[in-house]
Amino acid sequence: MPMNERPLSPHLQIYKLELPMVLSGLHRITGIALSVGSILLVAWVVSAAHSAEAFASMSGFLGGFIGQFVLFGWAFSLIYHSVNGVRHLIWDTGRLLEIDEIHRSGKIVLALSVVLTLIAWLLAGGFPGGGA
Amino acid sequence: MKYRSPLSVARGLGSSNDGLGHWWVQRLTALGLVPLVLWFVVSIISLSGQNHQQVVVWMQSPHHSILLGLFLVTGLYHANLGLQAIFEDYIQARWLQLSARIGASFAAILLGFTGVFSLIGLAFGG
Repeated sequence: MPMNERPLSPHLQIYKLELPMVLSGLHRITGIALSVGSILLVAWVVSAAHSAEAFASMSGFLGGFIGQFVLFGWAFSLIYHSVNGVRHLIWDTGRLLEIDEIHRSGKIVLALSVVLTLIAWLLAGGFPGGGA
Repeated sequence: MKYRSPLSVARGLGSSNDGLGHWWVQRLTALGLVPLVLWFVVSIISLSGQNHQQVVVWMQSPHHSILLGLFLVTGLYHANLGLQAIFEDYIQARWLQLSARIGASFAAILLGFTGVFSLIGLAFGG
């Protein structure tokens, strides 16, 4: 590529790491995780429609160590992406766009996502003893 | 703010000719997904620890079937829009970018059809 000596715009490594940029990256990462995770959701529905055996092996996988790890990441991704998505929708109406508001709403979104994920996980019977 | 010419407003297209539709549908699906995700999370919590028969009975109920189908299709549509934007941003090579975009679209359609077909099969007791 003919890039010659023109100045480049400051890149990720140049900026001081701030919460809003981390959360922005996390929105994309959780979005990708949910896209891949949709395979899991479809597999769950298909296994239920197919047979009791297929559903049992699906449940067995989801109840195992790897399954629980994936499921927890899936739950957090869904909740974080949804809560932060609402923040995006509010931004689209032209509100909460001042820098201090963006920092504050970012902290709220992060705290809310962690708390809601833990509540959902505990209500679904996860963590103590394991095997949701 | 009125930065757009009357013609551009009438056409309803952005400066790139097709970006606005993508942007708008991404917001519409996001808006629709807010209540659907809430419903889905509550449902999954209520379904935890249930056996196959109980989950099947739950999925066979028409409003569960319709909402789960809607969640799946809206979610996949929204996911595909998001993935298209990510591929456009990060994949430079034209052939690779196009392959990734087409692949994601095909995968979303395949997953959507498979999921909805299974739900319909369950709903009609297949």
